[in-house]
Amino acid sequence: MRTRFASDRGLTSRMVVTMFLLGLLYVVFVGVLIALGVRALTVLVLAGGLLLVQYFLSDRIALFAMGGREVSPQEAPELHGLIDRLCALADMPKPRVAIAESDVPNAFATGRNQKNAVVCVTTGILRRLEPQELEGVLAHELSHVAHRDVAVMTIASFLGIVAGLMTRFALYTGLGGRRNGGQGGVPIGLIIVLVSVIVYAISFLLTRALSRYRELAADRAGALLTQRPSALASALVKITGDMARIPTRDLREAEPFNAFYFAPALAPGETLANLFSTHPRLERRLEQLTNISKQLGRG
Amino acid sequence: MGWLDALLGRSKPVKPNLDALFALPSAVVTLQAATGLTPTGLGSVAFRAAEGGAFATLERDVKALLGERVEESDDGYGYTWLLVRRAPDALSDLVTELHAVNSSLESAGFGPSLLCSLVSFAAPDDGRRLAVVYLYKRGTFYPFAPLSGQRRDNALELQARGVLEGELPLEKDLSRWFPVWGAPGL
Repeated sequence: MRTRFASDRGLTSRMVVTMFLLGLLYVVFVGVLIALGVRALTVLVLAGGLLLVQYFLSDRIALFAMGGREVSPQEAPELHGLIDRLCALADMPKPRVAIAESDVPNAFATGRNQKNAVVCVTTGILRRLEPQELEGVLAHELSHVAHRDVAVMTIASFLGIVAGLMTRFALYTGLGGRRNGGQGGVPIGLIIVLVSVIVYAISFLLTRALSRYRELAADRAGALLTQRPSALASALVKITGDMARIPTRDLREAEPFNAFYFAPALAPGETLANLFSTHPRLERRLEQLTNISKQLGRG
Repeated sequence: MGWLDALLGRSKPVKPNLDALFALPSAVVTLQAATGLTPTGLGSVAFRAAEGGAFATLERDVKALLGERVEESDDGYGYTWLLVRRAPDALSDLVTELHAVNSSLESAGFGPSLLCSLVSFAAPDDGRRLAVVYLYKRGTFYPFAPLSGQRRDNALELQARGVLEGELPLEKDLSRWFPVWGAPGL
């Protein structure tokens, strides 16, 4: 039996390289901290604690921040119907479904695993998209859940949190503590600050790259699930076109949650270097969807 | 899906399980004895029509194969339903026909497109209706009993679950018992 649903090797290998580099950076950083004899353990435990809170409460934090309200099948029968069917096609447990009162057309999925997942859509996206396009968006979000992106990205951002804490820790303790009682020599605090800043910068770039790859992977899996890549592409075009016209107050509220979003909410006129963005460029996403569409249509 | 596929973000469409459907005819006898529900002779298959020429060709072939025996319709969620009609007592015939649709989709590489299949039952005296829905990806069945106005007869569904438990692989996760309002053949 043949399959029409091939995976993208290039994407997979780019993701593996990024993850490997992050892991390598992590090992090197911890190694440096231990070599310098700082109380690295305190910082690691602190960062680990933050991470656990974020990991276990991710669904509640995101829902609360976005003002999302869980809805029952009676309240939103169409939305539940779409998700029920997608879950049956993908053979995954049904996540909770929420709607956020916001005119920003967007959707996000959160939760540490498939059992605790929540898929939330805004009233703005419900108003703007056709059912087929909405289905494409939901399939993208369900793929995030299936790929356990909250867990992956939380772990990936761990290094950044440690490096950030480390910088502050060293600054507060006053860059002091010269080695061997300190006669000349470089202050150990300064080295820590330097190393931490460099680690932070590199891990930031790597995490962002990883996030973009995972968006592409979710696009791909979502399109293969609905088998209508063009509907997802049309939803993307509609939403990113609408992004420029949304009120700024809403945008400021939404920005910290960009990483979990379907399409990032950029303030009008704002241009971010591609390297720093959590989502791939629209053209890149559309190009991939076109390729999948061709692949599906081949006789 | 393994953890490695999740980590690398390459979840694949799930292949369907086609064989469990054949367990249905023998289970019906038990259902009929316990609840008084009899087969209506209607069954249907729901699948997602993929975009592009390959699927359109396949759909034409399936319809040519089954000829006049199937009726096609689309639901509001973008799935295509093929309705098969048979005599109420020819249930194994009906199941074979449903299987013909499934296997042609699968052999063309569109097995992951299959959503669910249902065979419907009705009680001649009091108007109760019940569909036994088959989930291809799970290889499990669940009962669905619609009432008027998009309400479900949960009591009848749970009663049917009790009856069918020993006969069919039933879906244990109740949140996957999704309603198929207005499905053809119901």
